[in-house]
Amino acid sequence: MSAATAANPLYRARKRQNALLLFVSFVALAFGLFWLVWILGTLFYEGGAALLRATLYYQMTPPPGSDGGLANAIAGSLVLVTTGTLLGTPVGILAGTYLAEYGKSNWLASATRFLNDVLLSAPSIVIGLFVYSVYVARVQHFSGWAGAFALSLIVIPVVVRTTDDMLKLVPNSLREAAIALGAPMWKVILMVTYRAARAGIVTGILLAIARISGETAPLLFTALNNQFWSLDMGKPMSNLPTVIFQFAMSPYADWQRLAWGGAALITLAVLALNIVARLALQRKE
Amino acid sequence: MSAVLPISESAHTEVRRVPHASWGDALFENLTRFFALVVFGLLAAILVSLVVGSQVTLEKYGLRFLWNAEWDPVHEDFGALVPIYGTLMTSLIALVIGVPVSFGIALFLTELSPAWLKRPLGIAIELLAAIPSIIYGMWGLFVFAPLFQSHLQPLLIEAFGSIPLFKGPPLGIGMLTAGVILSIMVIPFITAVMRDVFELVPPLLKESAYGLGATTWEVVWKVVLPYTKVGVIGGVMLGLGRALGETMAVTFVIGNAHRLAVSLMAPGNSIASALANEFTEAVGDIYFSALIELGLILFLITTIVLALSKLLLLRLSRHEGAKT
Repeated sequence: MSAATAANPLYRARKRQNALLLFVSFVALAFGLFWLVWILGTLFYEGGAALLRATLYYQMTPPPGSDGGLANAIAGSLVLVTTGTLLGTPVGILAGTYLAEYGKSNWLASATRFLNDVLLSAPSIVIGLFVYSVYVARVQHFSGWAGAFALSLIVIPVVVRTTDDMLKLVPNSLREAAIALGAPMWKVILMVTYRAARAGIVTGILLAIARISGETAPLLFTALNNQFWSLDMGKPMSNLPTVIFQFAMSPYADWQRLAWGGAALITLAVLALNIVARLALQRKE
Repeated sequence: MSAVLPISESAHTEVRRVPHASWGDALFENLTRFFALVVFGLLAAILVSLVVGSQVTLEKYGLRFLWNAEWDPVHEDFGALVPIYGTLMTSLIALVIGVPVSFGIALFLTELSPAWLKRPLGIAIELLAAIPSIIYGMWGLFVFAPLFQSHLQPLLIEAFGSIPLFKGPPLGIGMLTAGVILSIMVIPFITAVMRDVFELVPPLLKESAYGLGATTWEVVWKVVLPYTKVGVIGGVMLGLGRALGETMAVTFVIGNAHRLAVSLMAPGNSIASALANEFTEAVGDIYFSALIELGLILFLITTIVLALSKLLLLRLSRHEGAKT
């Protein structure tokens, strides 16, 4: 029987086809990993030396042809990302709470969930245009506030989505138990379901921070850039992504070296945030 | 009916006995509803602001804006054909490369990978999505484009040079380079959706096919894929939506030339990169308005693509819900 099947040409052809295509799928995986390794490899090869120089962290962005650091850009990025997160997170959490806790089956919740998913992947440059037209064009100047506002619009959909998903994972028996003890719904949500879903919600916030840390497009028309040290939110504010953009596109070797350093710094931060976020969720599981 | 009523009324008064509870509940519910409404209105607000911002060119050019290939700030004659072509072409290249690769990765991760490798490999692929797009752009410009120019492009031109799509000198930068880099960027998104929908296939279906003697490939191609068709298309659309709106990675390598070129080797422009490059330097109402109208076109295309993607994925999960 088995000898007969082994000799069967159709059977052998199917076996061969199977082996070949499974090998191709393995090659596809290798192809994907190859880019990851290559990109991270060059990044730390080119930016590693710049990362290790202390001047990167305390000197200002230099004029072309001279040495300097990225201190104002790093500080600006920290301020913008922090403000953006602080503005966007509460909105995201509360809206997500509505979707999961009050909007099980009403049209507003399902429509919002749908629009939020579209917003999640909407091009970030369009968010920049939006903030430009509703804010920057009105007040007639670029500012840190405009940048933080644009970033918060990117934070919101990420946080809405994870809050919604994570609250839905909380078993209903927990809510019922709390209600049976006489707790009003708002207390149940604040003290029971939030607590049960805390790790997941924090993961969402961390992922949102990771996402906006590298965003460049929405900052180009909002926070713009600033060659000097400035933490004034009412003025244009320097930030790592736009400095990298400007320096990398320039013909000056000094600037390009700093751009690699900044790129390595951002990537390290973003990858670290991603890994911490995953660990936070995993520990909970 | 009348016997039931008093009971529900008494239950109602029971709750009313704690006045703070209902007051706090109403406040909290309306607070969360308010922010849900904010999110609900955000897309519409973006749309309205872009329409208002592009009023000047909307009135001046009308629909001609869509197929006018001129982009002449000096004589103030603007058309969106070149950036639209560049956006669609680079995204198409990204899908042509990205979809089969993502399918292969999803197949490997769901059917072949040993259990202990699934998680680390899955995370590694997801990290591709975590790398900021400006990093892809920089790496593309400094590392990938020169190698592409000296090694791959000459081969392509030699092999397919007779086709107009591959004619021209190897410049390194251009639409093909942008498309290749976009393909790497969409792989994690398409792979994630494909993995998720492949996991939805009831094991019973797969086991039946295996029981009939089907090979792994036959099970995937003839059972898993037909079952998840709608979701797979949804995943591809999600990847397309991402590719269409990608800004920084494309801006670095596409060449930023407002010239209509059939060849993929030639530098071109995409909507997003035109915005990134020119917006802060634009002078005059018409120039500004033309750029904002570009943004409006991009927003409409991506929103439609993403909404379709979402609808397809919802259809699959509903279909799945009905079955189990």
